[in-house]
Amino acid sequence: MSRLEEIFRERSKKALLMPYTTGGYPTMHECRHVLEAFISGGADMIEMGVPFSDPLADGPVVQASTQQALEQGVTPDDVLQLASEFSARIPVVLMVYYNCVFAYGQDRFIEAAAAAGVDGLIVPDLPVDEGTEFIDICRKSGVDPILLVAPTSPDERIELIAKSASGFIYCVSVAGVTGARTSLSDQLPAFIARVRKRTDVPLAIGFGVSTPEHAAEVAKYADGVIIGSRLINLVGEAPDIDTAGRAIRTFLNEVNEVLK
Amino acid sequence: MTIQARFGPYGGRYVPETVIPALDELTAAYERLKDEAGFQAELQSLLKDFVGRPTPLYFAARLTEKLGGPRIYLKREDLCHTGAHKINNTVGQLLLAAEMGKKRIIAETGAGQHGVATATAAALFGIPCAIYMGVKDIARQELNVVRMKLLGAEVIPVSSGSQSLKDAMNDAIRDWVTNVENTYYVIGSVAGPAPYPALVRDFQSVIGCEARAQFMEAEGKLPSELIACVGGGSNAMGLFAAFLDDDVPMVGVEAAGEGLDSGKHGASIERGHRGVLHGSMSYVLQDAYGQILEAHSISAGLDYPGVGPEHSWLHDEGRVRYDSVTDAEALACFTMLSETEGIIPALESSHAIAWITKHAGDYGKDDAVIINLSGRGDKDVHQAARALGIME
Repeated sequence: MSRLEEIFRERSKKALLMPYTTGGYPTMHECRHVLEAFISGGADMIEMGVPFSDPLADGPVVQASTQQALEQGVTPDDVLQLASEFSARIPVVLMVYYNCVFAYGQDRFIEAAAAAGVDGLIVPDLPVDEGTEFIDICRKSGVDPILLVAPTSPDERIELIAKSASGFIYCVSVAGVTGARTSLSDQLPAFIARVRKRTDVPLAIGFGVSTPEHAAEVAKYADGVIIGSRLINLVGEAPDIDTAGRAIRTFLNEVNEVLK
Repeated sequence: MTIQARFGPYGGRYVPETVIPALDELTAAYERLKDEAGFQAELQSLLKDFVGRPTPLYFAARLTEKLGGPRIYLKREDLCHTGAHKINNTVGQLLLAAEMGKKRIIAETGAGQHGVATATAAALFGIPCAIYMGVKDIARQELNVVRMKLLGAEVIPVSSGSQSLKDAMNDAIRDWVTNVENTYYVIGSVAGPAPYPALVRDFQSVIGCEARAQFMEAEGKLPSELIACVGGGSNAMGLFAAFLDDDVPMVGVEAAGEGLDSGKHGASIERGHRGVLHGSMSYVLQDAYGQILEAHSISAGLDYPGVGPEHSWLHDEGRVRYDSVTDAEALACFTMLSETEGIIPALESSHAIAWITKHAGDYGKDDAVIINLSGRGDKDVHQAARALGIME
């Protein structure tokens, strides 16, 4: 069993807290503060994005953060470096667009991720049909390929995805891109039930989860809660990184309360 | 018949899971309709009466004489309704969208030609339409922005990234991912995830089918060469497709911008590397880490860091040669064709004219070539006038 599956299985709370930030945002150094705040805020796992020039699955907040990281010259190697600094203390998954993996060399990238202690790789623009080779290499390297399912996925596709999934399945809460939303879709419970019926792999929900209330709702039927854009906003709105760190801790503590 | 999703290693569907079912739905609809008599009859009727097809294959006598090389024929896509070949594809896709019961149309546009063609077809079918366009392109193609608005389309400015076609396409995809249940995405080139490259090629292949028959009638033989500009590559694929099984050489002309070594160009095949952009594997202008680079061309329609996957495959197979001409060379031929033939070409098409101007000497007097004059230059006159110093 992978470390990811283990922490889902052995959890003592309703759902795991899985905060996201963009690697190297707002700077490499300050990103370390953000990741520390994730840990002290009670995160069970860290999700980190590899900045890409054309992040077409992301909304404006994540886009702006990746742009800022790229302008400072943050590379996939830098994000792997950050992962290696934290992976001994907490499971780390990377979200990376396929062209970054492809340009690096699929084998080499997965190998480097494994060496950095990365537990799972999420590639939002690599659907399961195109990812056969990627998934195979991940398995051989001991990295979980984290596959996504969407509310638009018909049952046959959910079954296809479930067959190749390990670690957890990333359930996209709504048709759309990443970003904070004011409310969750009322279709969400039925969608998650559809996925649950077809797999034993843990289910995490992301895209649009931005308040403790959302998290409480999600925890009723999912095993993990992914929060991204809201946290990046907290960093962006803070006058300095220490204030940002405090805001993140306070927010994550609040979310953690409702997940217990 | 199944729709081709891969061209050798190129093509595929590198998009978020959310839209995969929509691509499946589109593929199924197109498979069902493409050879259906009623659909084809309606398409042919629209191409004839609305678009104005067939377009002439015009023997450019003065240009031929001036260059002293092969006999030059121009396929006059500039005479299509809305002024470029783009409308061939948009009426086809709107017909599909209407058959599929879609309630909303979106598209991206660079030069604005595809935006205008989509807005036009959407108006024809009475379906609301939103066009994504980079703010940089909005500034340099003001005329087309006004046209789209007159046609009832909403023009959504895109200010992220390079603020041109690439980013307009990103935002169009984001819109599609969000509104995929009721929205049809009209991709304007032979790019994007499958089935778009094959579907757009098929709708554009009317160019080559007509040109082949027209040329045979005029010359009694096949052409010595086909020449077309390549941004995403839809006008080139439209011309080439009908000749791929013939022993006819072809050249795709990319934008060399300010020079291939200047770093400011749009020559994805000549200077790019294999990668994934906007849903398909193809040649892409990118850095060592896979970050997509900004393209540059004087013509907004060629200002794109990728190229259709079938072109990448035709390049690797050696079936089509790809070459490039600079902004300056294209601009010179923009003027030259206007003066020589009384035809003001689009800056995109001026690249194809510039290529034959440079290579006319390589042909004998018995040779005859077809150049795809993919669009007219009305949209470019302000920009060209500034570049040529005719006006401020």
